[in-house]
Amino acid sequence: MIEVRDLHKAFTLHNQGGVVIPVMAGAHLSVAPGECVALTGASGAGKSTLLRMIYGNYLVQAGSIVIGGMDVAKVAPRDIIALRRETLGYVSQFLRVVPRVPTLEVVAEPLLTLGVAPEVARARATALLQRLAIPERLWSLSPTTFSGGEQQRVNIARGFAHDYPALLLDEPTASLDAANRDTVLCLIEEAKARGAAIVGIFHDTAARERVADREVDVGAFAPGRM
Amino acid sequence: MTQVVQAEAGDLSIFAKKKYPLLQVKGLTKRYGARIGCADVSFELWPGEVMGIVGESGSGKSTLLSCLAGHLAPDAGAVIFETGAGPRDTVTMPEAERRMLGRTDWAFVHQNPRDGLRMGVSAGGNVGERLMAVGARNYGTIRTAALDWMARVEIAADRVDDRPAAFSGGMQQRLQIARNLVTGPRLVFMDEPTGGLDVSVQARLLDLLRGLVRRMGLSAIIVTHDLAVVRLLADRLMVMKSGLVVESGLTDQVLDDPQHVYTQLLVSSVLQV
Repeated sequence: MIEVRDLHKAFTLHNQGGVVIPVMAGAHLSVAPGECVALTGASGAGKSTLLRMIYGNYLVQAGSIVIGGMDVAKVAPRDIIALRRETLGYVSQFLRVVPRVPTLEVVAEPLLTLGVAPEVARARATALLQRLAIPERLWSLSPTTFSGGEQQRVNIARGFAHDYPALLLDEPTASLDAANRDTVLCLIEEAKARGAAIVGIFHDTAARERVADREVDVGAFAPGRM
Repeated sequence: MTQVVQAEAGDLSIFAKKKYPLLQVKGLTKRYGARIGCADVSFELWPGEVMGIVGESGSGKSTLLSCLAGHLAPDAGAVIFETGAGPRDTVTMPEAERRMLGRTDWAFVHQNPRDGLRMGVSAGGNVGERLMAVGARNYGTIRTAALDWMARVEIAADRVDDRPAAFSGGMQQRLQIARNLVTGPRLVFMDEPTGGLDVSVQARLLDLLRGLVRRMGLSAIIVTHDLAVVRLLADRLMVMKSGLVVESGLTDQVLDDPQHVYTQLLVSSVLQV
């Protein structure tokens, strides 16, 4: 489902003397439907960078990232938009929303964008918010004023609203209590069971061992190691 | 009137599935004497897409928008719009047709609501006027449509007979949006739509615009210098400097991994809140 081949990435900082920072060389990754691959490596090794490249958020210098038959490294922006809408989900560490939009709408939005009937989308959003223990009195409020843990759970609810065939998870269990952590891990297991291909970063070792089928050390793709 | 309502709900969804761009811009150039307003700008906009154009003051973004919307005549290039009856170059079409387009399929939201509203006409009149310009004649239906649109942009019905001069800046901007969208346009040009508004009012307007774009399947081109606004509203982004497009791409990609020296400067200069 996700095929990463010979990926190279470098950042050029034009306003800091044009310094070029190579961050990745020859990265490979292959994730089958129903499989969860955990990215490991020291802080700064490029785990998030790889995740962002797969999502089309960072450009790549060379290589290919094929998701469901589409090469993210080559296609036009509007194809990536369609891919993100239908196929590729991403749970980032930070919630980014239009201020003033109620939490229930934030969570239902991926489904509404897909043209799902509003009642169906809201029912799904309601179920996810309940599972993730967001109190009902908060659903009509914007999540911008919520605590860090609450914002993260809203973010996870939104990321799991649509059954994406491919999912990218950046530290989905960080800063969650035991009960919520278990809920998130269950959501990941359910996604795997329905055939989603998942790439994740999990600093929490126990969580990683529970959901990941394999580990890939991103440190192996560091430039200069080849 | 009925036709207008149908165009909003029905035709657009069909249109969005078609495989051709709504707007094709080719080599658009505008000079002011020896100076460049904008030069050799080319892009495509697809149905349902929102494109942001960012750059500092004087970068040519407003000149470009005026050329696209037919308010300024470009020196070279084409702006090909997919009309209901096939693609047409709006640069070379007769003035009367272009003006008709400006009243029907196109809408223009000005930064200053005073430029887009008739300040001496009531709020309801401002919304109804655009309907009358496309042939609506029945007073009852026009007033109903005006009230419906005032509700959609969250202006109380009891303000329908007040003049915009009695409204706050944020209300005036929302009224301008209602006036523009009442005829069910397919393409909306916006020049700094949240500029000059308080942040709390800006948030409200952003929420409103995003909802309208999604529900009506609108395409929009938004000129702004506010990177936070484009991140939340635009699918794609063009960065302009000295009249040239220096970088373009997916909005979050351009903002998070900018490639051009100017975009890097622009992104790194934003103050963190």
